[in-house]
Amino acid sequence: MTPILGIMASQISGHLATPNNYESIATVTVSTAVSSITFSSIPGTYKHLQVRGVGKSVASGIWVTLKMNSDATAANYYSHRLLGNGSAASASSAAGSTAGADFTTFYPTGSTAFVTDILDYTDTNKKKTVRTLSGYDANGSGEFNYMSNLWQGTAAITTLTFGNTANFEQYTHFALYGVK
Amino acid sequence: MAAGATYVSIASQTLTSAASTITFSSIPAIYTDLIIVHQGAALTTTALINMELNGDTTGSNYSLTFIIGDGSSAASGQYTSDKFVGRNYTAQQNNIFQIMNYSNSTTYKTTLSRSNSAGNLVQALVSLWRNTAAVTSVRLFVGAGNFDTGTTFSLYGIAAA
Repeated sequence: MTPILGIMASQISGHLATPNNYESIATVTVSTAVSSITFSSIPGTYKHLQVRGVGKSVASGIWVTLKMNSDATAANYYSHRLLGNGSAASASSAAGSTAGADFTTFYPTGSTAFVTDILDYTDTNKKKTVRTLSGYDANGSGEFNYMSNLWQGTAAITTLTFGNTANFEQYTHFALYGVK
Repeated sequence: MAAGATYVSIASQTLTSAASTITFSSIPAIYTDLIIVHQGAALTTTALINMELNGDTTGSNYSLTFIIGDGSSAASGQYTSDKFVGRNYTAQQNNIFQIMNYSNSTTYKTTLSRSNSAGNLVQALVSLWRNTAAVTSVRLFVGAGNFDTGTTFSLYGIAAA
């Protein structure tokens, strides 16, 4: 048999699964620089959301922000960060702003990749928490971030807005998924 | 908004004898991200796990940054010309490698990796392959020793809408 996917070494046990609990909802790929990426009208039919992406900033800048349901109340956001910058590990926290919570860092020198989980996003009894793993490496510079964001709203999340005052560069790619 | 089921198991392999390298090849370009889950142990020798994409053995095309906690302290490091992405201990552990946007042909490829070995450390790592080609093969290999018998490697694909 010639497998679709070639596998070398040891035993082969390739198979295809029938997925039904993880669905692609929407994707944004930047064609010209933009200052924000928004997913709106997010259906409430999932248990959790995941956002996966890769991208750069056009200009020097640091923080990409995350805002829920267009809530611009700075006091409703908070973030914690565990950072490895290639020479040391450190931890910090930050209050929010009208742009939302500090989500992760984007640079013009290298692509940041991230995987973000937004937990229980439809539960109206809970404030919402977000966890993110992200990192960029630029061959001699780079960093890895563990991020946690809090939004002190209990409404179901229907809109996510990622802001970048240094603009998202062309080819930046954000994809939204739902987990049942 | 479009919606469609994804997160597909593409292939998996379980080692029936110790091996120092495994390769997933002919990976179709129909997904957006790849995830490889490694679960197992080293045969006798603790070593780093390295990754080569598309058979590119040129060390200077690879670089990485990591953060690590070993139970008593946290640290961070950075290497150029290095293919290190994970760790292989004689105790059971897992490594999860997420190759982001692997099928595009316009950007360099970034991989997010996590190494979880309860008796040794936790580590998160970002690595860069400075090549814009779509990834069609992934080779994982240890710098010394072998992956032990029974070690599993599972490859998944996630397609964006």
